[in-house]
Amino acid sequence: MFLTDEFRLKVGLAEQLKGGVIMDVTDASQARIAQEAGAVAVMALERVPADIRKEGGVARMANIEKMREIMEAVSIPVMAKARIGHFAEAMVLQALKVDYIDESEVLTPADEEHHIDKHGFKAPFVCGARNLGEALRRIAEGAAMIRTKGEAGSGNVVEAVRHMRAIRQQMKHLTVTGRDELPRIAKDLQAPMELVEWVSREGRLPVPNFSAGGIATPADAALVMSLGAEAVFVGSGVFKSQDPERRAASIVKATTFFSDPEKLLESCEDLGEPMPGLDVASLDEGELLQTRGW
Amino acid sequence: MKIGVLALQGDFEAHSQRLAELDVEPVEMRYASQLREVQGLILPGGESSTNIILLEREGLWDGLLEFAREKPILGTCAGAILLASHVSNPPQRSLAAVDMSIERNAYGRQVDSSIRTIEPEAEFAERTARGSLEAVFIRAPIIRSIGPQVRPLLRDGDEPILVEQGLHLAATFHPELTADTRLHKLFLDKVRSA
Repeated sequence: MFLTDEFRLKVGLAEQLKGGVIMDVTDASQARIAQEAGAVAVMALERVPADIRKEGGVARMANIEKMREIMEAVSIPVMAKARIGHFAEAMVLQALKVDYIDESEVLTPADEEHHIDKHGFKAPFVCGARNLGEALRRIAEGAAMIRTKGEAGSGNVVEAVRHMRAIRQQMKHLTVTGRDELPRIAKDLQAPMELVEWVSREGRLPVPNFSAGGIATPADAALVMSLGAEAVFVGSGVFKSQDPERRAASIVKATTFFSDPEKLLESCEDLGEPMPGLDVASLDEGELLQTRGW
Repeated sequence: MKIGVLALQGDFEAHSQRLAELDVEPVEMRYASQLREVQGLILPGGESSTNIILLEREGLWDGLLEFAREKPILGTCAGAILLASHVSNPPQRSLAAVDMSIERNAYGRQVDSSIRTIEPEAEFAERTARGSLEAVFIRAPIIRSIGPQVRPLLRDGDEPILVEQGLHLAATFHPELTADTRLHKLFLDKVRSA
């Protein structure tokens, strides 16, 4: 499956975004701010995750006119979110020609059993994952980019760290596992044997692996990059902070220079207040976004 | 020989891998001071506007202009846009190292991206090797016009997709995303003879 031209093109765009920051935006002016700050792409959505969390209700694909306005406002790629399993929303987003579709747990799931059959689409998909099994199931369905889920809208990086470390450790373990044990691991991971063998051989995912969910500061971005993220999604972290322009540029800087302490210090200066954070441990199971999807 | 790959953002790792396959040491470049360490430089694919912002913000722009006057640069996709003398859709700043006018995202959006088989013309085949070449176009630009000193080395129909001017090479596609290293070899030849 990785050798078809269509899949290579989907992964190819993800390759171009590496080392960059993808920012959530809800209108054209935010999209311009993100682009000026150095974002490599924007994610168009109706409400940022922190607001979805606060306001509740059903969170759906964004308004078409808003997305068009955003696509016209910037020259960088525009992504947009569809609900888990909602292939009709995805069809709309593909017809709108958004550059990447995020089948996202941040929106209210439309199907609690099935994810979208992403092979059937020409537009590439990114999906969230908390562990290797989940990542490989999404790739088997056709996702061309994985982002660790973290806990969106929390301003708390702890879940993003947990998920990135989990995937890395599981991959590392596979590289030192004998062939005879792989079928059982595939069974435990609930992932296709073909993909488990691939990871065992290569020691990485067959598609780029980005980080998302709770990244609110430049140091958060540097942390997940150091843990192996190849790029960073920032949701509420930019536009729920006191000084979005400055914070957006600083997170971009920290993502590029994640291993340089001096540059990191520069990125943390004069930032103003970050978005308010949530203690994820105090959230009820029903309030968690990361447990949506399987 | 050391070749730098601009690593502020983009598919720089893919370029580094191709160089390593050719037994050349890649240097991921994020600081102006590193420009002195390398004999040639690759500007990778990525977002050209983002790269311009980062090059300016991190103080690499002037160093890059100076480098382009003295040493070879290979630009692919976004990198070719940086090398051009004139950029449209929208207009933006560029290094003007290759006298050409280039249009960003000229095929459309991601769903209009494509992989095409190109039959190289005689000169490219002579300088590298024979055989068709697979060109990966991702939200790619199109070269709309070239100056008298610019030579097209590969074409897709009538459109130049690889051009050479003096020390520099600019490709609108992504040779780093295929196993075919001919274009990287061609660039290394230019670095060696520079």
